[in-house]
Amino acid sequence: MAAAAGAEPRGIAPIVEEVSRAQRGARRRFSAVFAAVWIGLIALIGGGMWIASGADLEFVFVSGPVIVLQGAGITILVSALSIVFATMLAILGALGRLSGNPVINGIASFYVSLIRGTPLLLQIFFIFFALPQLGIVLPAIPAGIVALSMNYGAYMTEIFRAGIQAVAAGQREAAEALGMPERLVMQRIVLPQAVRIVVPAIGNEFIAMIKDSALVSTITVHETLFMAQRIGRSAFEPIAALMIAGAVYWTLTIIFSFFQERLERRLSRGDR
Amino acid sequence: MTQTDLPDHGKRPATALSGYERDSTLPSHIGEPIVKVEGLHKYFGDNHVLRGVDLEVRQREAVMVIGRSGSGKTTLLRCINFLEEPTIGSIEVDGVRVDADPLHARDRQHREQIRQIRLRAGMLFQEFNLFPHMDVLGNCIEAPTRVLGHSREHATERAEYYLEVVGLAEKRDEYPSRLSGGQKQRVAIARALCMEPKVLLFDEPTSALDPELIGEVLGVMEDLAHSGTTMIVVTHEMHFAQEAADRVVFMEDGVVIEQGPPEQVLNDPRHEATTHFLRRFLDR
Repeated sequence: MAAAAGAEPRGIAPIVEEVSRAQRGARRRFSAVFAAVWIGLIALIGGGMWIASGADLEFVFVSGPVIVLQGAGITILVSALSIVFATMLAILGALGRLSGNPVINGIASFYVSLIRGTPLLLQIFFIFFALPQLGIVLPAIPAGIVALSMNYGAYMTEIFRAGIQAVAAGQREAAEALGMPERLVMQRIVLPQAVRIVVPAIGNEFIAMIKDSALVSTITVHETLFMAQRIGRSAFEPIAALMIAGAVYWTLTIIFSFFQERLERRLSRGDR
Repeated sequence: MTQTDLPDHGKRPATALSGYERDSTLPSHIGEPIVKVEGLHKYFGDNHVLRGVDLEVRQREAVMVIGRSGSGKTTLLRCINFLEEPTIGSIEVDGVRVDADPLHARDRQHREQIRQIRLRAGMLFQEFNLFPHMDVLGNCIEAPTRVLGHSREHATERAEYYLEVVGLAEKRDEYPSRLSGGQKQRVAIARALCMEPKVLLFDEPTSALDPELIGEVLGVMEDLAHSGTTMIVVTHEMHFAQEAADRVVFMEDGVVIEQGPPEQVLNDPRHEATTHFLRRFLDR
């Protein structure tokens, strides 16, 4: 293009056209086979299990989903509330882990270490089954939310800490040079940028949370897995019931991933 | 370059003698001392970077600090508004005097005093450091509204004025990522001016810029210098120093080797080290 000063060599147009048509075709074929593989695998596993278990048609498509979906609402409620509380805990935890005050830093580090060093299931049991011994009795759903929030709060503390540290040092310096006091620097300059940095990681945590919320079925919270277990047992259809529950979790995470992607795109506006 | 009516102190008179030790030789536009650096030492660990610097800058004076990298000139600038805590010495800006106190650097009272200095000394960085999550106007009104307590309307009005001064009034709603490097630095200058500081500190403001963008930033800085803005500039732009400086300060190994009017220091240096530096610099 440079040599011929914009003039196109004769006879090149059809070739360019043909190459791009071939590339489009290849992309389309790839997508078609890709989709076929997914549909095939779903049909194979679903159909195979259906035939092998001899599940009842009405159960698989009507009564099973109706019951299990009743638990989906609780799953969403528990996960959503827990991620909100966990995020708040994580911001406090991260500020604590970065604090120059040894007491605050010590408390925050202890929290992270203790929670990350013990099983989530143990923490759930402890809050629901052990705390009543001290006279602290929480209903199942709040107990589950407390356990999930504390647990994820500890993991997310480290995410936020990394996010805060990833904000360029020059940002803090520029804000300080403008005479902003430390609290304002953190609140207006560092945290908003740290949040953008950690949004993808927080999204992943939320997806993990949706699945880990199944653990609170062990303390009688009537969420997706709990309902599936119950109906599966009473209808003698454990395979179908658990597969329906799996489909519910899977769908929830796919829907959430979609919104997460959009949020990331929106947040990156004006950035870098 | 700017279309605004900043107070015009006219073309600066050439000064015949070096430095301003004798008050009789002061150019007429230059006022009282406003920045005083006394006996400044800075260690980074065992590394003795500043080895006793004294520097006085007067109102409406443009001082350019030159020297090879590692000579301590950036550290000096960063010590003036305590982005680095000096090890020994004192800094005074517009009547606020703070002694170096590295052992109590985090004390509330010390920090508040440092903040008072920062409110009086605006800082410009090599990397601009605009806030990427705020648009141009947001960058300019953030500190005036939150720190000085100005109303949004008032801060916006002033921001628009200073954006006009740097020639970027039409970019007020853009995000920094949509600006060129030169535009970013000019916004940073407007952002600093919005705090109406007594002195502007420039830390190699054009070093991160593509060559063709340097001119627009230097142009704004020259306008500011000629209109009586007090400034201390760490720079490698010798031609700019020649044009816009009232005084050039040459540093080496953490001390001021010599200082004086640009034509004297740059064209007829008294010290071997200065001659050596300038020759090497011009050879490049």
